[in-house]
Amino acid sequence: MMSKTDADIRFGNPAELHGAKVQIPYLITEKNTFKRMDDEDKQQETQSPTMSPLASPPSSPPHYQRVPLSHGYSKLRSSTEQMHPAPYEARQPLVQPEGPSSGAPGAKPPRHQASLIRSFSVEREPHDNNSNYPDEPWRITEEQREYYVNQFRSLQPDPSSFISGSVAKNFFTKSKLSIPELSYIWELSDADCDGALTLPEFCAAFHLIVARKNGYPLPEGLPPTLQPEYLQAAFPKPKRECTLFDSYSESMPANQQPRDLNRMEKLSIKDMADFPVPAQDVTSDDKQEQNKTRLEQNKIRLALKSTADEALPKDMSEDPATSKDSNSLKARPRSRSYSSTSIEEAMKRGEDPPTPPPRPQKTHSRASSLDLNKVFQPSVPATKSGLLPPPPALPPRPCPSQISHHNVNSECSAQPKPPTQLPNFGDFRLQKQSEQASEAEIHPQLNRAPSQAADSSPTKKDIPYSQPPSKPIRRKLRPENPAPESQEPSSTVGGAASAVTGKPHTAVQKQSSKQKKAIQTAIRKNKEANAVLARLNSELQQQLKEVHQERIALENQLEQLRPVTVL
Amino acid sequence: MAVCVAVIAKENYPLYIRSIPTENELKFHYMVHTSLDVVDEKISAMGKALVDQRELYLGLLYPTEDYKVYGYVTNSKVKFVMVVDSSNTALRDNEIRSMFRKLHNSYTDVMCNPFYNPGDHIQSRAFDSMVTSMMIQVC
Repeated sequence: MMSKTDADIRFGNPAELHGAKVQIPYLITEKNTFKRMDDEDKQQETQSPTMSPLASPPSSPPHYQRVPLSHGYSKLRSSTEQMHPAPYEARQPLVQPEGPSSGAPGAKPPRHQASLIRSFSVEREPHDNNSNYPDEPWRITEEQREYYVNQFRSLQPDPSSFISGSVAKNFFTKSKLSIPELSYIWELSDADCDGALTLPEFCAAFHLIVARKNGYPLPEGLPPTLQPEYLQAAFPKPKRECTLFDSYSESMPANQQPRDLNRMEKLSIKDMADFPVPAQDVTSDDKQEQNKTRLEQNKIRLALKSTADEALPKDMSEDPATSKDSNSLKARPRSRSYSSTSIEEAMKRGEDPPTPPPRPQKTHSRASSLDLNKVFQPSVPATKSGLLPPPPALPPRPCPSQISHHNVNSECSAQPKPPTQLPNFGDFRLQKQSEQASEAEIHPQLNRAPSQAADSSPTKKDIPYSQPPSKPIRRKLRPENPAPESQEPSSTVGGAASAVTGKPHTAVQKQSSKQKKAIQTAIRKNKEANAVLARLNSELQQQLKEVHQERIALENQLEQLRPVTVL
Repeated sequence: MAVCVAVIAKENYPLYIRSIPTENELKFHYMVHTSLDVVDEKISAMGKALVDQRELYLGLLYPTEDYKVYGYVTNSKVKFVMVVDSSNTALRDNEIRSMFRKLHNSYTDVMCNPFYNPGDHIQSRAFDSMVTSMMIQVC
């Protein structure tokens, strides 16, 4: 049995390079042996070696645990093996007889089931039922397809949407194939040349990469079994548990059964319409098939979405031999991805990680320190004002508030300015002005200092006093101008206020106390607002700096990447 | 119909250059190189006006006794230069335009490939085959 396979392999290998079926190592040894019997019984063609999965996709640790391959093969393959052989298991029974046949290295590469790291545990296509197309190595088996779909989902949770070019590039680059080869594979698989991969395109590209890693030369054109229509038609529903041993031919006719016409639409149509079938004549059957596949694809996609949960347990059940870690690893992204199937959410989620916010900490510390300084050390306003220029939006604010805040407070004259925190700017001006004001007018009713801080508080509206000129005192923008003005009107107002306060003295006092409390609360609120704004400002500035740095770095990169002009 | 097709990058270095009579390649390379001056002239002349009004197809750049050189510029300043045989009088302007359009489409497809770094030499086989199809008709 083994020898026969061997002979077949050897015999068929040169011819099989393009026509051999892709052999995938089995998930479990038992399965492998069983399969082998099946294969030998049913299939006379040499089994092409397993498709080598992408070299080292960290996102896809051995999802399928491979049966260990023979050491002979691993030796043969060692040269081509670059990835970690850890998940790779050789198939003992099959390998041994083929060990001696390693004399045909040219033929051997196809035989390597131990191909590469990411070997699939997909069952080998045992029979040649799909004899419509002679390109056996380009046929995707069920397990391979499952694997590809899982990989697709790990990159893009929505199976019916696209993988962008950059995402796919990063993913395929992990396969360690050369860039020109990857570029060519992309050319082959991106049928509509839109710079993005749909699920069938992705499967095709993945399959080509696997084939290439297995030693297959890349085809000149996309094989018919890898074309999007074909792939969509043959796309097995994930809920089908029994597909392990199903052949494509079985699945295809099943899929081709008339589906609900209502399920039409989606993006598959363009794939169908645009993709040219290079090596195949588009017969009427094919067209019919394409129509059906179109419908089927839509239905499949909807089914995929709906049966995601089913797929999860199914995949897990498929890999009894695989470590739970790999499964859970696979399942985790799946479960995570299926929390929302919308593209926007996926994109948002995808974009969340790249924007870690380490900045706020820095800015926080800085801002907090600044705030603290402002809050607790009002006596050092000059330096602080130099550090943080006050937001320009502030100036208009104090005007109404100042008007309202000038309360007739008997004791406010002696109130120090420091409580009225205007952290960013001219506290010293404030002090100076207040000093001037206090000197000019000691009248308690001009509680400029507290009123200034509590400009934003609306509770001061009830204060009848309007002292517009004293407003600008606080503003750094009008440092000196308001000072003399304020003093003049303040004096006048003070005079009027004194006259007014003469009558309802007690009432005024009560009022003033209330107002004082209100002013103090307003002051507090203002302080908080100022602190928040200052923090925000510092954060924004920090962000601006970082963006500048990023820009500089990118420009440097661009300069480096720009090739030297040659002629 | 074309005997030589070249794709020149914005910085005036060739991204792709291929000629049919492979024995005389140097001559064609030189012709393409000298035609770049004419291309730049045409671009700058039209560039005074709005870029929108500038047509991508530049037309006949200059004729020699044996060959005619046609030019085409994309909006990203990538230039296509095509050298055709003068003896091929059946070639009309429209055909040249359609050939350039095909070139442009193939170039766009090459750009869509994420593995293609802008500025690299174009090694796409699809692009190659398209250019071959344009040039093969000479024979």
